[in-house]
Amino acid sequence: MQWLWENRDLVFGLSLEHVRLSVIPIIGGFIACIPLGWLANRFRMTRAIQLTIFGILFTIPSLALFVTLPSVLGTKILNPINVVVALTIYAIAIMVRGAADAFASVPRDVIESANAVGFSSASRFWTVEFPLAGPVLLANLRVVSVTTVSLLSVGALVGNGALGYLFINGYQRDFPTEIMIGIVFTLVIAVVFDQILVLIGRILMPWARRPRRSPRALMVRGAA
Amino acid sequence: MLFLEALAFIVDPANLLGEKGILPRLVDHLLYTGLSLGVALLIGIPVGLIIGHTGKGKNLVIALTGSFRALPTFGLLLFIILFTGLGLWPLVFVLAVLAIPPIIAGAYSGLDSVNRETIDSARAIGMTEWQILGKVEIPLALPLILGGIRSATLQIIATATIAGYVGLTGLGRFLIEGLAYHDYTIAFAGAILVAALALAADGLLALVQKLVVPPGVSRGSARTTHRSRWNFRPAVSTGTHITGG
Repeated sequence: MQWLWENRDLVFGLSLEHVRLSVIPIIGGFIACIPLGWLANRFRMTRAIQLTIFGILFTIPSLALFVTLPSVLGTKILNPINVVVALTIYAIAIMVRGAADAFASVPRDVIESANAVGFSSASRFWTVEFPLAGPVLLANLRVVSVTTVSLLSVGALVGNGALGYLFINGYQRDFPTEIMIGIVFTLVIAVVFDQILVLIGRILMPWARRPRRSPRALMVRGAA
Repeated sequence: MLFLEALAFIVDPANLLGEKGILPRLVDHLLYTGLSLGVALLIGIPVGLIIGHTGKGKNLVIALTGSFRALPTFGLLLFIILFTGLGLWPLVFVLAVLAIPPIIAGAYSGLDSVNRETIDSARAIGMTEWQILGKVEIPLALPLILGGIRSATLQIIATATIAGYVGLTGLGRFLIEGLAYHDYTIAFAGAILVAALALAADGLLALVQKLVVPPGVSRGSARTTHRSRWNFRPAVSTGTHITGG
């Protein structure tokens, strides 16, 4: 506790850095997965290709990806971009399958009805399919958010781990308290992000209060 | 080009054997992985099956897997090593702890995905609880059980990479040494080796998943439930693993 107080500026700064570095992959992954998920749901071919590519990328351990990316991107190894790009890749890998399923969970007859009343395909997508896929997208986004926040700390090994710095520093100084504080602050950020996402979901999708009822939609699709 | 230099490092026979060679480190990596997975299976499978069969402790699984995801495994590893000291068993302990939640979640959600009516039918024709578990629930749940084991294995392989940082060996050692000495060829070579190992393990387990699971099951209800579970209740999903730890 005393250590925390004495080093509050450091811990606060690292926490801000942690938020900054993890927000980009979370938002980036979400934005990227919308067209990718739509494509994967629309064409079986692209679905297989996408799932394979991101499945492979997702299997690569994070440290290996952090070290490999600089030579792919042409960046310096200590550049935070590497970590951000790697985490964005993981975010997309998690989201893309979920997004495809999310769009698939929109009932067929709802889409037909939208066609029947004269929606263009773009406005049908944004005003019918996207909102109805929302709860599933949100559930996936929550997984992405938590995973990103906890994975970021590995980046400390390539100089960009935000709170992960406390792990390395605490280990080198044989000072467990520092590591514990790093873990606790990481968990706090993960929980806060999660609650923010839940709140956004409640505001934007007031109809989806009880996510438990929706699996039906998928069951129906599975049978069809 | 770094990639080619790294490849050259890997295929150079001089780097294969010897104390710091690729082969002994690969063997160590596999040793850590095998031991940890063994310990995790010994604990995780029975617990997951009990929870899945009885339906008791469901919330525990959800809480466990949810908070596990948020836990920075890198920090946890360093934290525990500071108390236990360096060594094989502390590492195996940490890796097993990390691997248990996905295994429990897989076993639990596998059994949970089995149709209630199927179980009731088995009970109605006079099967004992053990028979129901062994002959009905486990075969039907195999895809998800194996899915959990697959996630756990990849989690272990990824986190064992970081073990190179705490003075143990394994393939991660190339990465850590390369970074420490700014020898990015070696670091890159390590990255390739680790990635290749993870992909090979994943492919192998995917193959096992295909071979072991009866054909009727893999395309049947369990798969659908798997997907819906993944979407709607991410807390117990085993459809993914956290790389890198």
